[in-house]
Amino acid sequence: MTQKLVVIGAGMASGRVLEHLFDAGADYDVTLFNAEDRGNYNRIMLSPVLSGDKSYDDIVTHDTDWYESHGVTCRFGEHVTAIDREAKTVTGQNGTVPYDKLLIATGSAPFIIPVQGNDLPGVITYRDLDDTNAMIDAAAKGGKAVVIGGGLLGLEAAAGLAERGMEVTVLHLMGHLMERQLDESAGFLLRRDLQDKGVKVICQASTAAILGETQVEGVMLEDNTGLEADLVVMAVGIRPETRLANDAGLTVARGVEVNAQMQTSDPDIFAVGECVEFDGHLFGLVAPLYDQAKVVANSLMDEPDAFVVKELSTKLKVTGCDLFSAGDFSDGDGREDIVFRDPMRGVYRRLVVEDDVLVGAVMYGDTADSNWFFGLIRDKTAIAEMRETLIFGPAYQGGTPLDPLAAVAALPRDAEICGCNGICKGQIEDAIAAGATDLGAVRATTKASGSCGTCTGLVEQVLAVTLGDDFIMSAAASVCACTDMTHEDVRRMIKSQRLTSMPAVWQACNWTTPDGCHVCRPALNFYLLADWPLEYQDDPQSRFINERKHANIQKDGTFSVVPRMWGGITTPDELRAIADAADKYAVPTVKVTGGQRIDLLGVRGEDLPNIWSDLNDAGMVSGHAYSKGLRTVKTCVGADHCRFGTQDSTGLGIKLEKTLWGSWTPHKLKLAVSGCPRNCAEATCKDIGVVCVDSGYQISIGGAAGMDVRETELLVQVPTEEDTINVIKAVTQLYRENAKYLDRIYKWMGKVGLDWIKERIVDDLDERAALVDRFELSQSIYRKDPWAEHAAKKAASYQPLANLSLEAAE
Amino acid sequence: MSNWIDIAALGDIPQRGARVVKTSLGCVAVFRTAEDDVFALNNACPHKAGPLAEGIVHGKSVTCPLHNWVISLETGEAQGEDEGRVATYPARVENGRILLDRSFLRARAAA
Ligand code: SRM
Ligand SMILES: Cc1cc2nc3c(=O)[nH]c(=O)nc-3n(C[C@H](O)[C@H](O)[C@H](O)COP(=O)(O)OP(=O)(O)OC[C@H]3O[C@@H](n4cnc5c(N)ncnc54)[C@H](O)[C@@H]3O)c2cc1C
Ligand code: SF4
Ligand code: FES
Repeated sequence: MTQKLVVIGAGMASGRVLEHLFDAGADYDVTLFNAEDRGNYNRIMLSPVLSGDKSYDDIVTHDTDWYESHGVTCRFGEHVTAIDREAKTVTGQNGTVPYDKLLIATGSAPFIIPVQGNDLPGVITYRDLDDTNAMIDAAAKGGKAVVIGGGLLGLEAAAGLAERGMEVTVLHLMGHLMERQLDESAGFLLRRDLQDKGVKVICQASTAAILGETQVEGVMLEDNTGLEADLVVMAVGIRPETRLANDAGLTVARGVEVNAQMQTSDPDIFAVGECVEFDGHLFGLVAPLYDQAKVVANSLMDEPDAFVVKELSTKLKVTGCDLFSAGDFSDGDGREDIVFRDPMRGVYRRLVVEDDVLVGAVMYGDTADSNWFFGLIRDKTAIAEMRETLIFGPAYQGGTPLDPLAAVAALPRDAEICGCNGICKGQIEDAIAAGATDLGAVRATTKASGSCGTCTGLVEQVLAVTLGDDFIMSAAASVCACTDMTHEDVRRMIKSQRLTSMPAVWQACNWTTPDGCHVCRPALNFYLLADWPLEYQDDPQSRFINERKHANIQKDGTFSVVPRMWGGITTPDELRAIADAADKYAVPTVKVTGGQRIDLLGVRGEDLPNIWSDLNDAGMVSGHAYSKGLRTVKTCVGADHCRFGTQDSTGLGIKLEKTLWGSWTPHKLKLAVSGCPRNCAEATCKDIGVVCVDSGYQISIGGAAGMDVRETELLVQVPTEEDTINVIKAVTQLYRENAKYLDRIYKWMGKVGLDWIKERIVDDLDERAALVDRFELSQSIYRKDPWAEHAAKKAASYQPLANLSLEAAE
Repeated sequence: MSNWIDIAALGDIPQRGARVVKTSLGCVAVFRTAEDDVFALNNACPHKAGPLAEGIVHGKSVTCPLHNWVISLETGEAQGEDEGRVATYPARVENGRILLDRSFLRARAAA
């Protein structure tokens, strides 16, 4: 006979229980109470909702249709007020229902610090959608927010509010952020990154009172510091929500006590989620709750199962602050720390080792290897053999290659891929074998990557490794139809596997066509010449005609010729030579370009080597108006003539153009130098712009004025021309080494972040110097005039192969 | 009588490249693939007469330099969504020399 199951709380844990029950076809008639006026959603993702990256609709896990199709009676927006264990009924605000089995899944309640003013309007906790919406509304008015509590939740709230434009201060009781996981200097890195996002952090701050009459106005600290606040968010911790269980006389310690079958002291009542206590443990992350949910479902179906406590890992969901922690960090006899830090790159790693086994790991800044470390902790792998190099990660162990796919391929079946849902590689492989051949299907059948989503890339890689050629990595992202790999993966392969020729790339990356196509070949040609300037030979046949013939093709098949005018400066002699060339080759159109030089339009292909040679004789070289490479450096007249000029902008522009010309870049690269902030050279809408000021040179990057119009963002101000030139060379090289082909600087910057660029070029002087060296090495090959070279060596190839006009006349 | 005319050495066209042969009725593009197959096509894309000889050669196709139509070197047919065909002419390689069929000139004249 169908039994009645009543569930109190529609949270992440109970939602999972119901899924298991229905999937298994269990015979239950379910009534679901929820105090919130809505059904199950992915609570974890409230932070992306707060920051505006996602909407509520994106994070709903079970919608009305789902409840209807499974016959669930939903009583949302209704508090359960009592459980009567004698009568086996549950009473909500709107009436009583009987149960055969009861499931308590009430989660936890945010802890409210007992200070005066904690109940004022404007004091919010961070637990559910209503809290999130309240914060979004408050942020819309702008002003100041104080977040009390510097744990994961508090920091996510702070970052979200800052993103929405509030001035945010985080108050943290201890000496540094996340003191349980991070040591002082790592806490400092986190704090610095948050501060870059506009979040102020005060440590050792103990709240004495919340101030305000009818609405919160400020926070007073124990040391009498006063802070203004229009919004106060309390995120100091949670405690299990046990009131109902207590009142009903169930055994409750800190949480509702359950046995390994998730049964409370009353055999007909089960409990799951953050409200429970098991063997002295409380829970605050979803991974163990999902394990519990499986056990509850099995217990309700009389299947034997038992919950076991596993190691946990956490990630901070704040963009730009990559933090991972897993395991145990407490000091203890025989415990040893291994710490690695690279303060310039903002990278920190800490491992805790006990008896040759890894028991804890924290990573900040670079969390790429986190799964591998987590696997070592969980599996209690003996690490004595690799102790020396352990901290550097899997790439340094036993020659494991850096290739992301090979690394994933090497993971054992029980390596955890999705931390939230506790899904291992083997389960994903099984799902794939059973027919789930894309990300959506794997997510639907295993839940892997369905919660916080940070493992999406890994899941895709497992798919790729398992399916090989059959897996189409989200089509839009692959380079072209010749491969499933993304530009990023191909670039990584080229570097890590030292692929120095195009056939090597086709082979190693499984190209499906014999020799690529017009989309991938130009990209590969660029990647190879940028990464291996000495080894790789530029391939003209893989270049678009403009770059193959060093001239822009016109719609009628003729070409345009644009000689360089360094920094926009020319001479009467140069102008005469241009005029002569225009006459000699009957150039139909002579035009002044938007890049401060002269365009000869409509030159016949056969004439190109000759006109170039004439222009070369007058001292002019190719202007690369056709290239994904350095175009022009526009300048204004500057201090030489202009009454406002602060520096020699024309001179600097010429120096820049002379040092950068000939370089190939992912997309075209345009610069300008203005002599003062009046900015007559329009430097602030160029890929790289320099605005001269009295005290030096402001270098800003990421502007555009084509299909997108964008203002540059300040990279750094430096005092001398020499610094300016070095910074610009370094940025150019960083862009060449890292960007996707056909991304202008602004697009690339949108992906890596200005801060990432600053860390390498502004903060890290060694890295800047190394980039400059690598740029110069490449320029030793490419800083030359292709016109002169073609006129001397390749002129014949511009002529027809044969002329049969006479044949036909015979 | 043999209709083949010796045009040039195979090495005069780079692999994955093309050069044109002028005729009184416009240019013919002669392509050389990575496998050293040669093909001769009218040097005018069926779309807007783009000069196919300036395109990127891949497999047995060329991508037009003006708007990226992909044209089969074997059939002259536009690939994928695009529709159109360009005339193809017999071409072969013998002893490292590229030969074109003299009759194509007549065919062109007749066209
Ligand atoms: C000649 C010139 C127009 C003029 O007569 O002034 C020109 C001509 C062309 N531009 Fe431009 N652009 C010219 C200055 C600009 C400028 C102004 C500037 O540089 O200050 C811009 C806006 C600034 C910018 O780039 O952000 C500009 C934004 C574009 C874009 C849009 C780029 C973008 O990222 O949104 C394209 C399309 C592309 O590159 O994909 C483009 C593409 C083209 C092409 C190459 C289209 C093509 O592929 O055939 C045109 C070639 C014409 C030809 O046959 O020679 N051109 N183009 C200018 C040459 C400057 C020079 O001396 O080198
Ligand atoms: C902003 C935020 C970010 C988080 N990020 C992460 C993360 O990145 N990773 C991670 O693992 N975990 C994260 N967590 C924690 C995770 O969301 C919780 O562990 C999980 O939601 C707990 O599930 P639960 O089902 O036990 O409780 P809940 O999901 O809280 O559900 C309990 C439900 O019961 C209802 N309820 C309570 N009492 C009653 C009553 N008397 N009558 C009716 N209904 C009642 C509540 O309204 C609530 O809807 C985050 C939590 C928050 C708030
Ligand atoms: S705006 Fe640039 S690309 Fe467009 S027609 Fe003018 S020159 Fe050509
Ligand atoms: S002319 Fe060839 S694609 Fe348009």
